Amino acid sequence: MSILYRKLARELWHMRGQVLAIAVVIAGGMATLVMSLTTLDTLVDTRDTYYRDYRFADVFATLKRAPESLREPVEAIPGVQQVETRVVSHANLDIPDFPDPAVGILISLPDGRNAELNRLFLRTGRLPEPGRAGEAVVNEAFAEEHGFRPGDRIGAVINGRRQELEIVGIGLSPEYIYHVAPGDLFPDFARMGMLWMNRTQLEAAFDMDGAFNDVVLTLTRDGRSADVIQRLDALLAPFGGQGALDRSDQLSHRYLELELDQLRTMATVFPAIFLAVAAFLLNVVLTRLIHSQREQMGILKAFGYSHVDVGLHYAQMVMVIVAIGLVIGTGMGLWLGQMLSELYRDFFRFPYLEWRISTRSLAIGTLVTLAAAAGGTFAALWRAARIPPAEAMRPEPAPVFRPTLVERLGLQRLFDQPTRMILRNIERRPVKALLSATGIAFACGIMAIGTFQQGAVGYLIQVQYGQVQRDDLTVTFTEPTSRRALHELAAMHGVDHAEPFRDAGVRLSRGTAAYRTGIHGFEPESRLRRILDDELQVVTLPREGLVLNDFLSEYLDARAGDTVWVEFLEGRRERVAVPVAGVVREFTGASAYMNLDALNRLMREGTAISGVWLAVDADFRDAIVRDLKEVPRVAGVTDRLTAIQNFWDSMANIVLTFAFFSTVLAGSIAFGVVYNSARIALTERARELASLRVLGLTRGEIRYILLGELFLITLVAIPPGFLIGLGLVYLLVGTLDSDLYRVPLFLTPDVYAIAASTILVATALSAAVVARRLNRLDLVEVLKTRE
Amino acid sequence: MEAPETDRKVVFRARGLTKVYRMGEVEVHALRGVDLDLFEGEFVVLLGPSGSGKSTLLNILGGLDAPTGGEVICQGRNLVQAGDRELTAFRRHFVGFVFQFYNLIPSLTARENVAIVTEIARDPMPPEEALALVGLAERVDHFPAQLSGGEQQRVAIARAVAKRPAVLLCDEPTGALDSKTGIVVLEVLERINRELGTTTAVITHNATIADMADRVVHFLDGHIDRIDTPAVRKSPRELSW
Ligand SMILES: Nc1ncnc2c1ncn2[C@@H]1O[C@H](COP(=O)(O)OP(=O)(O)OP(=O)(O)O)[C@@H](O)[C@H]1O
Ligand SMILES: [Mg+2]
Repeated sequence: MSILYRKLARELWHMRGQVLAIAVVIAGGMATLVMSLTTLDTLVDTRDTYYRDYRFADVFATLKRAPESLREPVEAIPGVQQVETRVVSHANLDIPDFPDPAVGILISLPDGRNAELNRLFLRTGRLPEPGRAGEAVVNEAFAEEHGFRPGDRIGAVINGRRQELEIVGIGLSPEYIYHVAPGDLFPDFARMGMLWMNRTQLEAAFDMDGAFNDVVLTLTRDGRSADVIQRLDALLAPFGGQGALDRSDQLSHRYLELELDQLRTMATVFPAIFLAVAAFLLNVVLTRLIHSQREQMGILKAFGYSHVDVGLHYAQMVMVIVAIGLVIGTGMGLWLGQMLSELYRDFFRFPYLEWRISTRSLAIGTLVTLAAAAGGTFAALWRAARIPPAEAMRPEPAPVFRPTLVERLGLQRLFDQPTRMILRNIERRPVKALLSATGIAFACGIMAIGTFQQGAVGYLIQVQYGQVQRDDLTVTFTEPTSRRALHELAAMHGVDHAEPFRDAGVRLSRGTAAYRTGIHGFEPESRLRRILDDELQVVTLPREGLVLNDFLSEYLDARAGDTVWVEFLEGRRERVAVPVAGVVREFTGASAYMNLDALNRLMREGTAISGVWLAVDADFRDAIVRDLKEVPRVAGVTDRLTAIQNFWDSMANIVLTFAFFSTVLAGSIAFGVVYNSARIALTERARELASLRVLGLTRGEIRYILLGELFLITLVAIPPGFLIGLGLVYLLVGTLDSDLYRVPLFLTPDVYAIAASTILVATALSAAVVARRLNRLDLVEVLKTRE
Repeated sequence: MEAPETDRKVVFRARGLTKVYRMGEVEVHALRGVDLDLFEGEFVVLLGPSGSGKSTLLNILGGLDAPTGGEVICQGRNLVQAGDRELTAFRRHFVGFVFQFYNLIPSLTARENVAIVTEIARDPMPPEEALALVGLAERVDHFPAQLSGGEQQRVAIARAVAKRPAVLLCDEPTGALDSKTGIVVLEVLERINRELGTTTAVITHNATIADMADRVVHFLDGHIDRIDTPAVRKSPRELSW
């Protein structure tokens, strides 16, 4: 069969432009899949290895103070493998040349040793030396924000006493991969640092000699977390235990898990859509390609090649194209996946990356692509096989003449002859035109899912920080404080307005569903914090009862009028049934709201507040922040603009990079489809156009007849393409919902603009290539041979 | 069924062949009941006005198309009922075609266009030999687009004869050729017919070619009008037009 191979090679080379264009469509789908799953698998593997190598604990508990002797009974709990007791507390930090207040979480290390659990990965420097006070290892993110190096010093107010600390090392811990301050959406690395110090020093500083206030433990292989927690809580209760947490509720882990979930969704939904679209387009393109070969099939069959021989020949042609596409796609996918993984590694601050090529993505991508290619090829071959060779060798029967719709409506005088030819051609071969249009519409549609996120996130921020959270500064206290603090802050120079709030950590439950979150109490007439209804209109906070945001309402399956159990995780740890008074719309978080007075009454706490929202004069902002640092009991100050900045920074890394790569891949798919449509049209009509040239039509006229049709189909395909885009975004947005945030279904005009212009640019470039070929169209050659 | 007129073996026996093309509401009766026997080793010429059904008949005999009605017996089997596998083998080993529109594969050179057939044949001649037979020894590496219509037709003939088929079906093999080249081509056909005993059927519009035939079948409007048997069979060299 060597001649057939030669024929194959020559023909593939002859239509190399088209081969490449089809390969690009395949590559686009494959690359998206490989990129996504490789990134995901790499990150999950990295996290798992990191957790394992640095012995991330399974259960976490905080308490007031317990003697070290309690360690033994904890170790004796069935299912417990290893226990580490620690002293963990907070300190206000004083960082040179950084005016904003910063909080340090102080974590004890066994003197001169690394911890047994939640071990430190030391990037540079060393651990604090035993017997030396004032030495600390800080976390890498914090150090990078401030440019710290071993040897640098910072001030810390530890239990009311100001101290100089020397940074001796920079490290990372699996416990604080992604530490988000309560109430925030994203970590604020500059304003929150982890400091690991010698246990002896922290014991002394916090009056914990021979005692601990934090315990972490790992479970044996068959240890059940729920049982262990129950016994642990019972042991710790007399010592002010606040309820142990399973790893799944641990803050850093939970946020990391949420981020990975988000990525997991994107990594499956994106490629699924891409691959489906690419497969469909591949099918369309191959169907037409094979169809254009029907005459050659007739010849081969006339000389005694069987259906199988002919089928194999064309299957090989398709396989070569598919293989090129898969190779390009895999290469691109791995490359992009590596870049993306490294971005994520930096974002999560994993100490290293367990680079892993997702073999399942290679398998899935190859199988889906092959199936799509085989489907398209087989359908076309099957159709071709059913025509007798004699018929296949004849030029396709001229379509039955019918006046076009335009002509039937008597509008033909509005169009010149070439335009009428375009319209007739489309009307006579509606299926072909429809397939082209569908392909282009899908190409246009997938552009939208790459580009919509930026606009949607902008909208989310506009709603969250424009309508809901309107304070300039959020001041939180170290513990619930009397209302007097409100008046002190309101009286500060430059503060325009101050409003109190109370945040209470709770566990909400209804039926079998339970969720750990916070109830935010504020005043109904609050101007700095508002709640919105379904239509994003401001509603007033009811006097009594709980208001749930839509995510929580959905999660707990609780609507207005239902009752939910509220279990306070602080103070008197009351458990009460509270009616739901309403549901509000929010794009971020999973929060519950309540009238401040009603919340205080529920907690039987008088008028305590946990913080104050401030509206300040921008000119005084820095001065106020500096002064706030001196106010006792102020734990932190969050700046709305910083919060927005953090949001964008995080989004830019996580979602937008991903989206950017996807857009590039979507663009290449779009390109491949349009170019193919143009090239196939040229192949199919070369003879006809050459004949027209022979009959005296100018180059311009035949260019117009061919390209006019292409542009007309493209223009017609763009509006449905927008609809497809909207539908795909709708699909995607639905799957992206998480308690962290919900991306709103909101398409900015530029999404449409980018999609449409990509398609139009692709069309224009394809048209240019085709026009060049059309100009070089060798009339004699085309008419002499029959393709 | 009629007894054969002579004791020669019948290669093709067509009975009651009809072919109707349906195009929307229009029905084209290309064949309206054709009975024809082709004998082993004979040289038959099919004559008739354009559209009278000659190509349609040849395509059906060659297993390229299926009739609407009737039967074609070849080597004791009814081609009309043959499956795809059987027809393929039949075309591969038994018949050689020369088409009215050459139907070369544009991406293959002259040699390769012949080789594509010899590669799958049982006892073919080398492609170069077949091309030399039609006077194209010098042009073996040219692509169809680099050949004239007549040259392309000669490649098509080389392609048809290269596998030494039992039956050669030619649809206007000389239609595009000048008389000198036409005679060369006819000589090739005649030599193959004579030396290899290949049953040969040739469609033509050129009545003079009929002089070199054993029998001449006249077509008219989808059926056989009459069959002539010339007394003497001239050699192609004696023809001119
Ligand atoms: N695929 C087809 N669809 C419809 N009609 C067809 C088809 N093929 C042939 N015909 C019609 O069948 C009739 C016989 O065609 P055929 O090709 O056999 O004629 P022919 O005798 O070979 O003519 P010519 O000498 O011009 O080649 C013609 O009227 C033709 O229009
Ligand atoms: Mg004919």
